[in-house]
Amino acid sequence: MGNPNVGKSVVFSRLTGVGVISSNYPGTTVEFVSGSMKVGDQKVDVVDVPGTYSLEPTNPAEKVALELLNDAVGDKGVVVVNVLDATNLERNLNLTLQLLKKDILLIVVLNLWDETKHTGITINIGKLEAILGIPVVPTVAVTGERIKELIGRLNEAKKSIYEYEDAEKWHEVGKIIEQVQTVRHRHHTFWEMLGDLTIKPVTGIMIALVILAATFYVIRLIGEGLINILLDPLFNNLYLPFIARIVSLIPVPFIRALLLGTTPNVLESFGLLTTALYIPLVVVLPYLFGFYLVLSFLEDWGYLPRLAVLLDSIFHRLGLHGYSAIPIILGLGCKVPAMLATRILETRREKVIAVALIMMSAPCMPQTAMIVSLVMPHGAGYVALIFGILIVIAALTGFFLNKLLRGETPELFVEIPPYRIPRLSILFRKVWLRLSTFFIEAIPLIILGVFFIGILEQLKVINALSVILGAPLEYILGLPPQTALVMISGFLRKDVSIALLAPYNLGPEQLVIACIFLVLYLPCCATFFTMARELGWRDALRILLILLGSGFLVGGILNLIFKII
Amino acid sequence: MNKIDLTVMQPGQKGKVIEIQGGRGMAMKLEALEIRPGVEITKVSTQIMHGPVIVGVGKAQVAIGFGIARRIIVKPADNDRSQ
Repeated sequence: MGNPNVGKSVVFSRLTGVGVISSNYPGTTVEFVSGSMKVGDQKVDVVDVPGTYSLEPTNPAEKVALELLNDAVGDKGVVVVNVLDATNLERNLNLTLQLLKKDILLIVVLNLWDETKHTGITINIGKLEAILGIPVVPTVAVTGERIKELIGRLNEAKKSIYEYEDAEKWHEVGKIIEQVQTVRHRHHTFWEMLGDLTIKPVTGIMIALVILAATFYVIRLIGEGLINILLDPLFNNLYLPFIARIVSLIPVPFIRALLLGTTPNVLESFGLLTTALYIPLVVVLPYLFGFYLVLSFLEDWGYLPRLAVLLDSIFHRLGLHGYSAIPIILGLGCKVPAMLATRILETRREKVIAVALIMMSAPCMPQTAMIVSLVMPHGAGYVALIFGILIVIAALTGFFLNKLLRGETPELFVEIPPYRIPRLSILFRKVWLRLSTFFIEAIPLIILGVFFIGILEQLKVINALSVILGAPLEYILGLPPQTALVMISGFLRKDVSIALLAPYNLGPEQLVIACIFLVLYLPCCATFFTMARELGWRDALRILLILLGSGFLVGGILNLIFKII
Repeated sequence: MNKIDLTVMQPGQKGKVIEIQGGRGMAMKLEALEIRPGVEITKVSTQIMHGPVIVGVGKAQVAIGFGIARRIIVKPADNDRSQ
């Protein structure tokens, strides 16, 4: 238990070996995470509690923390490990003093111990132990330093007899600090001044744009690199021939078609063993990997809260908090984690607006890649047009939702952690965790979807459906009715639906309409189910309808405009 | 210049918090991050368009929304004396 941003989750994962995403912005852990560890030969459960500044909760995360604590009060089998930021002793002791008054077994961990030397702080551990009456262990959780010592001393945790008056709490903290800590005065270092630049308005925005541009470039590089050099050749040259041979041994043509699909082109065939695997592994994975790598780097480095601050005033016009920048940015990679990230937003109103914006504003990374590769041959202007229109739509949506939904947006109030150099091992661990979550959740759905469409195709139902849906497509959007098939499959495989437009040889204007329609009209099924889980079915369906409607609306308007021009 | 609020402070200026004009909830949130009467803080920056204000408190930095910052009253330190 401890303040946000002190490294609780890292300590937790050191103790339990369970992967936890610890990010450098507060509010990341809104539920608790649990795992287990071995103390001696005993198996012990460990719970990672959301960060809280005091035992008087001011937001949902802190309420959860308080509840978890109250469950532990009086239970002699529970040890509360209070993790502190050693470089911020004064503020962190606030919670500690409150914990001391509770009937619990307590042990204090001074994490970020290595940073005290860098910031000129010296803390007398022995004295602190003597004053508080409970064991104190300095640690550097990211390297694992002295974690063993912590484990060894867990059984020393005890209930403190430290007495003080509630009203005098800050005086007490002051007294303790005086006896225990000395600070050597430091001048602002060069790096610190650079850091300040990133958050001052003018320089901050310029730096942000540079970082954003670099981000896109790196992600594209990694994505394309992985696809072209490694995965695509591997899949097409090794895997496909291999399973083609195996499947050809199966005597039933229906099953063969189901498994392999109807055409040799792996993006069109709908085969269970071909398309359903090609999409997640060759199309989505490389970009997602690049995206998560960059994102995790920015998180661990500490840039994201600063970005939230820079964007906050713009976001407020849209009814959002600067914080929502984070789910929206996640949405640029994949909508599913973006949905989950909306948990950090405090009010439901914000959540709904944020979700709507995530869905409407930007395509996920695989889609973006597809749009670029499909439309770029017609000229970069069309690509810019597509994204420009999407941004305008997002702004309008946010603006209107802000007016329509009752309620206020809470003001930003967040701690800005110091910049820290990310550690590679932790970085890679994070990326691995995020990727595996995506795959465990998304792949089964993709396979299911492909399976479903494959069967429909075999049963010739698809053709009938296409005819029905083709009409609105043709009249409102100006697209050939055969593309209805693509639109249907888009629900299940939205990321590649854009690529499926290739065989139809659409003109550039039609492409623009089609791409925008595909981005807007429906969420991919994985996203939809996650959205339903987060917001409830009713709101999820409402958003679905809004999306569909706006897809046709915008497409229709564009169609008219293009006809006029 | 005796009492000003946080949004009026200049970047780089130091000041002592005198008063928090807000309800208990707001005071509690601020207090948790050590922004309470008697504490010295340094202003780092303001964002354009009434954006959040960044202040340094102790060794940490905190971003505070404009509306909240408006209600934190500060007595600026006398810089001119310390030549």
